[in-house]
Amino acid sequence: MTVLFVILAYLAATVFIVGLVAKVWKYATTPAPLKIPQTPAPVTETGVPGRMLSEVAVFKSLFKSNRVLWLAAYLFHIGLLLAVIKHFRFFFAGIAAVPGLSVFTTYEMYAGPIMAIGLLFLLMLRFVVDRHAYISVMSDYFLLLLLVGIAVTGVIAKHFLRVDLVQVKTFVMGIVSFSPQAFPAEPIFIIHFSLVLLLLVYFPFSKLMHAAGLFFSPTRNQVDNPREKRLVTPWAAETPAQVEVVEEAPETI
Amino acid sequence: MANTEATATETEEEKVLTDLEKVGEPRAPRKKPNEINAEELTGQIETPKVQRDVADHKPYLCKPKSMEKLGFPSELRSDWHDAAIAKMGDLLKKYKALQVYMDICVKCGSCTDKCHYFIGTQDGNNMPVARAELFRKVYRKYFTTEGKILGKLAGAERFDLDLLGEWYSYFHQCSQCRRCSVFCPYGIDTAEISMAAREIMDHIGVGQKYTNDIIVKVHEVGNNLGMNPKALAATLESTEEDLEEETGQKIRLPLDVEGADVLMVTPSADFFASPHVESLLGYAKVMHQAGINWTFSSTASEAGNFGIFIGNYGQMQKVASRVQKAIEELRPKRLVVGECGHAWRIAYSFWNTIIGPFGSLDPNYPRPQHICEFTLDLYNRGAIKFDKSANDDRVVTMHDSCNVARGARMGDQRGGQFTIPRELIKASCNRYVDMDQDTIMEKTFCCGGGGGLLTDDLLELRVQGALPRMQALHKVRETHGVNFMACICAIDKAQFTKVMPKYGIPLSVCGGVHQLVASAIELGAKE
Ligand code: HEM
Ligand code: SF4
Ligand code: SF4
Repeated sequence: MTVLFVILAYLAATVFIVGLVAKVWKYATTPAPLKIPQTPAPVTETGVPGRMLSEVAVFKSLFKSNRVLWLAAYLFHIGLLLAVIKHFRFFFAGIAAVPGLSVFTTYEMYAGPIMAIGLLFLLMLRFVVDRHAYISVMSDYFLLLLLVGIAVTGVIAKHFLRVDLVQVKTFVMGIVSFSPQAFPAEPIFIIHFSLVLLLLVYFPFSKLMHAAGLFFSPTRNQVDNPREKRLVTPWAAETPAQVEVVEEAPETI
Repeated sequence: MANTEATATETEEEKVLTDLEKVGEPRAPRKKPNEINAEELTGQIETPKVQRDVADHKPYLCKPKSMEKLGFPSELRSDWHDAAIAKMGDLLKKYKALQVYMDICVKCGSCTDKCHYFIGTQDGNNMPVARAELFRKVYRKYFTTEGKILGKLAGAERFDLDLLGEWYSYFHQCSQCRRCSVFCPYGIDTAEISMAAREIMDHIGVGQKYTNDIIVKVHEVGNNLGMNPKALAATLESTEEDLEEETGQKIRLPLDVEGADVLMVTPSADFFASPHVESLLGYAKVMHQAGINWTFSSTASEAGNFGIFIGNYGQMQKVASRVQKAIEELRPKRLVVGECGHAWRIAYSFWNTIIGPFGSLDPNYPRPQHICEFTLDLYNRGAIKFDKSANDDRVVTMHDSCNVARGARMGDQRGGQFTIPRELIKASCNRYVDMDQDTIMEKTFCCGGGGGLLTDDLLELRVQGALPRMQALHKVRETHGVNFMACICAIDKAQFTKVMPKYGIPLSVCGGVHQLVASAIELGAKE
């Protein structure tokens, strides 16, 4: 069991990291040949981080668009964020000593439930609102269910079946420090851990890439100063002012 | 694959033509203009229940001759499938927006009720995300691990003739207005996706007649209306005569004057379409009264640039390069652009990149400058004066053009594209009222005719797409007695004057911002 999960954990982590880096590299290096910032765009470089922050921290555009959806999405993401932070303790020794964290630990027990409620809310919208149902495919439902699964098994493991957290921590730290320790082979933890590995592997190949891609969206990260500052990107600069004549028409015609 | 049978048989030529027709012809024949009816106006914009496949609108296919002139294959390529995928790969490498937007849509549904074509047609595929999904299906199938492994479960699909037919239909039911992008948590811009789709279709021999014919016209004659320099000179002359009759003053509309202070580039519709020409009179009066030495150019007699609509960088650049040439020929000090939405987006956002830098122009002024910036600046400096009471028969509102509202700016402040035209309007009339907040400024609704859809073979779609704007207008007409909607876009003016009668709104309600200026400006001796 230990050997299997150690191998799976390293595999999943590798796929996640390599996949994520490759995607981010692709986004970062693909040129944006034209200025297409979306109103209300900042007119100075320094305005861009502020705009990004408003989108990342409070989902500003979503709020402007649809309050119900915003609430569901925000609940889920806040729950997720809390859950992620709360898992830090498994990765770092002496984390309890970090100042300010104690405030957080008072609320951390709500992480799983908030996340699950948000997710079920989102799932419900996909069934109830005809427009959302129209655009949803299998993988959209799958992802929500996967995350519900993770949240629910997490809550059960922690609060109901009370998995031995010390053993979990030993195992995770073992993975992180490349000196594997015994796997806490309790059924509920096996399920929770497997689902998380699945999520990691799926992440770089799915719409979950929104978490990183958001920062590369030209309509949101460009400065509105095209008259003041000339934008030049390689392929566009090389395009002759005349029409680019493309491949000849096929011979069959 | 559709073309394997085609290449295998003797009747290849016939087969290929049939395929193209399959892609380009709607299931039901297009309605005649008099068979098209508009919805009753209530003043409320309502989100419809989603319908499936109810808007099968398709514009006419481009004829082989125009396709060839633009360097595109004249007919559907027999290897269209592979060529399309190759072109898609190429575009994904060239456009960050396209690449990122393919990956990061979470299908949250935030954009689903934001498109005027969805509101007007009720067709689910006109929801922005569903429109983009038509592209994404193909992307997933050929460019993602998820799609290659999971196929349909992950929403991946083979690119076949049916899907190409849907592309042709729904990517020509997008006016590239970018309203959806405002409300998307990641700013996903469906306009970028529909531009890419049209670029791919052109490259496999599936072009749209209206846009492509117009681009050919610009290359060959110089403007969208196909008016040659002689005809242009004659039109300007007769307009001068009309102006003299009206005002008793010698107000000039100069053409091809070298070394003028201002080179004016305006949509060619301004030269003689109605109500566009009313704004042209406004420009001329402003220049005259401020004593500015200005000129049009017969080389750059078009501010519009349909290259953007077909998503083709080279075409857009070639059309724009006429302005560059005019600057070289006439050596003006300043460059001013007339009332046109997509033209201003290209001028403001793209010109510096595609035909800049404008080293020969006076750096003390914006390069280029919008006519509203220009006129308001003169007004604020006291170089021209307005008599507001001249417009007292009007209650005015303003329709923000989507390209100006969401793709460009004016002045040096955020939101200048909203405040500057409004200041100018308020300076020239006494009664002004805005439409509902959700339908103006960056949330403005498209007129329904932008993005290369301003053609009569799409008239039914245009009437449907105008619905939200018509509702908002109807509301202020009922509550405030609005009788004039000021526009700063040639397409708006052409579209509204075409569709408003269907909604029972008189033509005179639509006009230009400089039409108001033309009425209000005080001509004559200056102190
Ligand atoms: C930079 C960090 C992130 C930001 C700003 C962000 C933002 C958003 C926003 C605005 C939405 C759309 C609203 C919605 O439908 O929920 C969304 C959806 C979603 N996010 Fe995130 N997210 C982030 C990170 C993550 C991460 C790390 C995960 C998962 C591991 C995740 C999972 C999801 C899922 C599954 C959805 C789709 C929900 C649905 O199906 O409706 N997000 N995110
Ligand atoms: S709002 Fe953006 S992320 Fe949400 S469905 Fe529409 S395009 Fe996708
Ligand atoms: S760009 Fe405009 S027309 Fe196109 S999908 Fe978005 S809202 Fe609709």
